[in-house]
Order: sequence, then structure tokens, then C-alpha cells
Amino acid sequence: MHEMLNIFVKSIFIDNMVFAFFLGMCSYLAVSKTVKTSLGLGIAVVFVQIITVPVNYLLLEYLLKPGALSWLGASFVDVDLSFLSFMIYIAVIAAMVQLVEMIVEKFSPSLYNSLGIFLPLIAVNCAILGGSLFMEQREYQNIGQVLSWGLGSGVGWALAIVSLAAIREKLKYNQIPAPLKGIGITFIITGLMSIAFMSFLGIKL
Amino acid sequence: MKAIRNYVDKIKPNFEKGGKLESFNSFFDAIETFLFVPNKVSKNGVHVHDPIDLKRTMIIVIVALIPSILFGAWNVGYQNALAYGLDRTLLENFWVGMIKLLPIIIVSYGVGLGIEIIMAQKRGHEVNEGFFVSGMLIPLIVPINIPLWMLALAVAFAVVFGKEVFGGTGYNIMNVALVARAFLFFAYPGQMSGDSVWVLNLKDQPMVDGFSGATPLALLNQTGTMPSASLADMFFGFIPGSVGETSVLAILIGAAILIFTGVGSWKIMLSTVLGALGMGYIFNLFGINAYMGINPVYHLVMGGLMFGAVFMATDPVTATSTEKGKWIYGAMIGILVVLIRVVNPAYPEGTMLAILLMNVWAPLIDYYVVESNVKKRLKRIAVK
Repeated sequence: MHEMLNIFVKSIFIDNMVFAFFLGMCSYLAVSKTVKTSLGLGIAVVFVQIITVPVNYLLLEYLLKPGALSWLGASFVDVDLSFLSFMIYIAVIAAMVQLVEMIVEKFSPSLYNSLGIFLPLIAVNCAILGGSLFMEQREYQNIGQVLSWGLGSGVGWALAIVSLAAIREKLKYNQIPAPLKGIGITFIITGLMSIAFMSFLGIKL
Repeated sequence: MKAIRNYVDKIKPNFEKGGKLESFNSFFDAIETFLFVPNKVSKNGVHVHDPIDLKRTMIIVIVALIPSILFGAWNVGYQNALAYGLDRTLLENFWVGMIKLLPIIIVSYGVGLGIEIIMAQKRGHEVNEGFFVSGMLIPLIVPINIPLWMLALAVAFAVVFGKEVFGGTGYNIMNVALVARAFLFFAYPGQMSGDSVWVLNLKDQPMVDGFSGATPLALLNQTGTMPSASLADMFFGFIPGSVGETSVLAILIGAAILIFTGVGSWKIMLSTVLGALGMGYIFNLFGINAYMGINPVYHLVMGGLMFGAVFMATDPVTATSTEKGKWIYGAMIGILVVLIRVVNPAYPEGTMLAILLMNVWAPLIDYYVVESNVKKRLKRIAVK
């Protein structure tokens, strides 16, 4: 339980997907114009993360890892399917995103319209694939830890995009120099934000 | 006074459109409105012109900073005398500090205002006086031994990337002075932290044996032991530290001026202090190590918490603008400062980063305060 809480806090503030690893930047930059839509996208990412990361963990443990198939019998002990992991992860993510898309379209058509192409594009959002790959690389011990990592990384990403959106809404009436309008100033804001987020860097839990 | 007015009126045509010094118009305008209250009169409709414009507001903040500057200059000399075992009078100490502090202030103003004037001229608006306060805050929060070229670099970075790219004064999202300090902190950590940077160095002279230039926070951070300075010493500011931050008494005088004139928000100051005390008390309850167990009051008198709370958190541009938001914003700053100090071993002091982080979240707090207000009122209508 203690370990789960540590991973959760760490993945939101210290190992933040956006500010520490700069993952998932495309939708982070493109959809952050208003707080409402970015919150919608943030929740969608949390939802996808919280399901794909544990599912991929189970697949890794019982299908892909070297020796993971030993539950089928002694003759499968040497089988190593880890070369398939990227494909399987992406397939799981794509299926999940499809599901999210259908749910959003059914229950919130306005959000569906405002997210536009970026909703299906969650499937190729590097933060999502990054979540699964970090899960593999960091060798989490059990499903509980994996679940809190998935939730934390999604919440961290959602927090980042929502705070950026609030700033961009405030900037609407600024006299920003013409060449920097739009995406340029957003990059500068993101850089300044990650300086502020360095306040958590170095905390050992 | 009359003579100056006449002189200004005489040279004014040179700077107006078509005059030979037209390209210096914004600089001239800045000087003119600095010297005299602008006497613009509106012709149509009902308008209220208040002579308390941005320049006057900024000057009030500078006045509030004067106690900290004077005390800080003296303390630079005093710590220097302690470190080298010199015997100096009060006035000598003050001059030693002032001579070291003045070049820093001049460089800070020169670089910052220079960039402001160039930008104003290029983009065709008036020189904004937002840098008056930032330019005075920066010398007060950097170590006294800072090389001047480094300071100039940081000021340039902060003014260009912290403010001008957002459209100039009043549009920035982060406190300009803190952006300059954060730039120095991450780019040149060797000059910004450690035991030797906070006390004025004399070249080719050995320090007195046993003198440590470490600030109380650095001591706690590295060794977990309480500093030898008493609570009163820290309150009055006889400790090493950056120029402005050491004396809580001088800062409180400044705070009184700001609150009395209504320039600084007392809500933010109060909630920051309460947040820090509350968080210190919560750590007391856990009390795993010595640092967590210290009296919460110490958090207020050590380091830059009070200086940040009074002069930086209250910056009306980067703070929250809703009244309810101010309480949340201030309390979060207090909590984060103590959290970073105690939990994060990488930084002995957390005020700078805590305020920057809350600057990032201030628009979000405002947004949700407004949203909840809208919801509440909608509900009120629905009931009727």
C-alpha cells in the first residue's frame, strides 16, 4: 500500500510525463486551447492509461516475457515472445482508444466534436505507449503497483494539459509578438512550467 | 520643479512625431510620466482618471522595500566583518555592503530597462514600468558574490522570456524576478548555493577559524542540526543569506506599507504564513527526523519565505485574481515551501520554486473559482 502511494505521487509530480519526459506533446500542444476540452482529453487519457497499462502488464507476465508461458507446460519454458511486445501493446492501446471514442461519442457529442481528430490520435500518443514501456522497464512487482503507475501517469498528464490550458485561456488577450503567437508561445510556456515543476525533482520517496 | 517642467516642455517637440529624436519617444515619455503626474483629460463621456497610475503603484513597492535594502546592506558588511574578524562601526559595515550592492542594482536596472526601452520602441508602445520592482527585487534575492555578467545574463533571460514574449508588463505568467533567480539557480548552481556564496568574500584573506557562512536552512538540509543562531537573531536578520531575505522585521515594515496602501494583498500574505505554519505543524506530528520536528515558527524566520510571501507572491499580475483564489494560492505556497524544504534533499530552500509553481497554477485556480461561482448562481436561479 505504501509503495503504491509512493508510485502514484511520484508519477504525477516527479516523473511527470510532460515535464520530466516531454512525452505526449502533440495533443498536449494542440488541444490545450480551452480548459474544458483539455480536461475531457485528460480524462480520456487517464481512462486509457488505467486500463492499458495493467492489461499490458498481464500480457507481459503471462505471454511475452522469457519463460512467461511456463503455465502451459514444461515444454514452453524456453519460449521468448518479447519481440512481439511493441505490437501487442499498440494493439491493446488501439482497441482501448476505439472503446473510449465510442463512449465519448455516445455520452458527450460536444466533447467528441471539439476533440476532433485528437481523440483517435490518443492511440499513437507517446505518453500512452510510454506508460506501458516504462511499466516494462521499471519492473513493477505486482498489479497494484502497475495500476497506481497507470493512474498516476495519466493524472500527471491531465494535470499538465489542464494547467497549460488555463494559462492559454488567460493569454487570449495578450499582445504576444506575431511570430510567437499560437504554438511558439506554448513551447516557451511549457519550458517555464517545467522549470517550476523542477521543485519536485530530487524528492526520494 | 517649475524649471524642470519648462525644460521638459521645451524639448518635447523633438520627441514627437516628425521631430528629430522621434525614435527615443518612448524613453522620453517614460521620463516625463515618471517626473510628473500625467494630466490627460478625456473629452467624451464619463471617465475617471486616477493619477495613481502604474508608476506610482510600483514606487510604493520600492518604498516598502527600502527597510530591507538598508538592513540588507548593513548585514552584508556585518557578516563580512564577522567572517574575517574585522572591527568596524555600524556605518562602516553599511558602506561596505552598499558599495557591493550598488553595482548589482545598477546592472540589474541597466540591463532590464535597456531591454524594455528597446522593446517598447520596436513595438511602438510606452515603456512599461513593471521592471522598476523586478529590477530592485533581483539584487535582493541573489547571493552578494554573484558575478555581474551572470546577473546581466539572468536579467536579460527573465525580461525577454519571462515577460516580453508574453506582451510586456502585465501579461507575464511568472514573476520576472523569480524567473531570473531560477535561471541562475539551474544554470550556475555553483554560484547560487553552498556555504561560501552568502557572505561577502574578501580576496586573499583567510576567514576566521570556525566561521561558517552556511545559512540556517543549508545547515538543516545538510546536517539536520539546528543552527546556533537564536530565534531573535533570525527574526532581526543577523544571519547569512541573500540581501533582502534575512530580516523578518524589515520585511514586516514593508508588508505594513503594502497592506496600508492596498498595493499588496493581505489575504495572500496571511494565507501563505498560515499554510507554512500548518504544514510545519503536520510535519511535527510525524516527526520522523530532526528537521520535521522543528518548531513551525522557525520556518517563517529562516530563508526567504517571508520575503517571498510579502513581495513576490503578492505580485498582482502572476497571483490569482479572484478573492477566494487568493486564499488557496497563498496557502498552497506556504505548504509547498515547507514541503520542498523538508522533503526534498536537493534544495535547501523552496520559496522560489513554490511561488513559480503556484504562478503556473494560478490561472487554473481562478478558472475553477469562477466556474464554481457560476454554478452556485445558476443553482440560485433554478431554486426560484
